[in-house]
Amino acid sequence: MRINCPICGERDSREFHYRGSAKLLDRPAPDAGAEAFYDYVYIRENPTGLNRELWFHDSGCRSWIVAERNVTTHEFFKTELAVDAKRGAK
Amino acid sequence: MRYSALQVFLNGLTGNKNWKPVWRNPEPKSHYDVIIIGGGGHGLSTAYYLAAKYGITNVAVLERGYLGGGNVGRNTTIVRANYFLEGNSQFYSHSLKMWESLEQELNYNVMLSQRGQVILGHSDGQVDSLARRGNMMRMQGDDAELWSREETKRQLPYLNHDDPRFPVYGALMHWRGGTARHDAVAWGFARGADMRGVDLIQNCEVKGFRIENGKVLGVETSRGYIGAGKVGMTVAGRTSQVGEMAGLRLPIESHVLQAFVTEGLKPIMPHVVSFGMGHFYLSQSDKGGLVFGGDLDMYNSYAQRGNLPMVEHVAEAGMALMPMIGKAKMLRSWGGIMDMSMDGTPIIDKTHIDGFFLNCGWCYGGFKAVPASGDCFAHLISTGNHHKAADKFLLSRFETGHVIDETGNGATPNLH
Ligand SMILES: Cc1cc2nc3c(=O)[nH]c(=O)nc-3n(C[C@H](O)[C@H](O)[C@H](O)COP(=O)(O)OP(=O)(O)OC[C@H]3O[C@@H](n4cnc5c(N)ncnc54)[C@H](O)[C@@H]3O)c2cc1C
Ligand SMILES: [Zn+2]
Repeated sequence: MRINCPICGERDSREFHYRGSAKLLDRPAPDAGAEAFYDYVYIRENPTGLNRELWFHDSGCRSWIVAERNVTTHEFFKTELAVDAKRGAK
Repeated sequence: MRYSALQVFLNGLTGNKNWKPVWRNPEPKSHYDVIIIGGGGHGLSTAYYLAAKYGITNVAVLERGYLGGGNVGRNTTIVRANYFLEGNSQFYSHSLKMWESLEQELNYNVMLSQRGQVILGHSDGQVDSLARRGNMMRMQGDDAELWSREETKRQLPYLNHDDPRFPVYGALMHWRGGTARHDAVAWGFARGADMRGVDLIQNCEVKGFRIENGKVLGVETSRGYIGAGKVGMTVAGRTSQVGEMAGLRLPIESHVLQAFVTEGLKPIMPHVVSFGMGHFYLSQSDKGGLVFGGDLDMYNSYAQRGNLPMVEHVAEAGMALMPMIGKAKMLRSWGGIMDMSMDGTPIIDKTHIDGFFLNCGWCYGGFKAVPASGDCFAHLISTGNHHKAADKFLLSRFETGHVIDETGNGATPNLH
C-alpha cells in the first residue's frame, strides 16, 4: 500500500501509523452527554467499502492525514491533511 | 455412525469404500425454532449444544460459504486459559475444561494436544509480570509454572537466549495449553449437530431480517425467507454488516490477521512458544510445518489476505527469537478477518430486538473459545439467562464503563 501524503507525496505505508476512523476528528462538545461520547469512543460504522480514516505520517512530515480507502481492495482514494478536513467540515 | 477403532479396522478391510458423508445437505425448512447465522466454530458449537445439552433440535445453521471456511479454518489453533481479568478468566477456564473432554463428547478426534504453551520474559519487569499472570491463572484453578533462565534454556534449547537486545530471562509455562486441529473442531461439532437433527445449510447468505414490533420473525436469505422463533448471529468478521441489517450499531472493527506455515520439518519444538518482545508465536504441526503468526496488519480490512510489511515484520521477529527458522522455506501465508471489539473482549448477549442474540468480538482469540462460546450462547438463547461463565460479556458494558480491557490499551481495537 502506498499513501499519498499531501505534503510528502506518495510514500510506502510503512512510514505511517494507523489510528482508525476519521470520526475521531468530530469529538462531541464537553457537555454533549454520555450517549454522544459512547458513540464517539466505541461505535464504528466498520464499512466493507470506503472508509474515512486517520493516518499519521510518522516517519515523514509527521502530519495527521485523512484518507479514503476501500477496505476490501486496500485502494486509496482521496487524501488530505486532517487540519484541512476539519476546517472544511466546519 | 459411531466412530471407533473397530470401525476403522472394518472399513479398512473393505478398502475404506463404505464411509458415509458426515452430515446431510438439507433444503431449508420454512421455519425453525432457532436459526444460527454463520457456520464457523462458534455457530456450529452453539447449534451442537442447543441440541445436545439444551434440548432444542429444530435448529438451522445458515452459512453463506461452506462450513469451516472462515476463521475457524484459518487460525493458528492455540488453546489456553491464561487471562487476567474477572470475566475473561472464568470463561477461558471453562472453555479449557470443555476442550479436555471434547473428543469423548463429540466422538470425534479433534487432535487436542496439550503440549504446553510458553510465554517468554525478556527483562526482570517482564518476568515479574509473568509471575503475576501465573498467580492469576492458579487462582482461577488452572496451571502455571514459572521457569528460571536456566530452566527455559534447558527446555527450549533451539531459541536464541542471548540475543543482545532481547535476552531470555525466564518463562511462564501453561502445561494444559496447546493446540487442536482447527478443521476437525468445526467438522466434529457439525457432525454432532447434524446427528441430533440440526440442519446445516451451506451457500445460504443472510441478507436481511424480518422484525415486527421489536421481535424477530425470521431472516431473508439467498435461498428465500426462513422463519425463526429466535436468531443468533456468529459471523465473526462480518458482524457489523449482519448487525446493521437488524439495525444494530456495534463496538466492532474488522481487521486482517495473517498466519504462516513452513515446509514440513523433523520434530524440533514440542511446545507452543510466544516471544515476549513483539508479537510472535509459533508451534510445530503434526505434519512438521512450523505454524506462526504475529500482529494484525493494523488497518481495517475485509480482504482475506494480508500485505507484505507484516510478513516482513513477523519474519524479523521469528529470526530474532529463533535464528534457525531462517533456513526453513515458508510454504504459505493467509489471512482471516477478525471481529475486533473495542476492549479486546467478546460479547455474548441479547439485543434490543426480542429473540435476536449477539455473539461477536472474538478478536484473535476465538478458537480456544469455541466450546465455551457455544455452550454459553446456547444457554442464553434457550433460557434467556446468561451462563455464569459468560455473564460479564455484555454489550452494555461499553456504555456503563465496565469494559474488560486485558491489555489496557483503551478503545483501540487494532492494539488488542
Ligand atoms: C490467522 C489467524 C490466527 C488465529 N489464531 C488463533 C489462535 O491461535 N487461537 C485462538 O484462540 N484463536 C485464533 N484466531 C481467532 C479465531 O480463529 C476466531 O476468533 C474464531 O474462529 C471466530 O469465530 P468463528 O469460528 O465462528 O468464525 P468464522 O469461522 O469466521 O465463522 C463465521 C462464519 O459466518 C459466515 N457468515 C458471514 N456473514 C454471513 C451471512 N451474512 N450469512 C451467513 N453466513 C455468514 C462466514 O462465511 C463464516 O463461515 C485466529 C484467527 C486468524 C485469522
Ligand atoms: Zn508527509
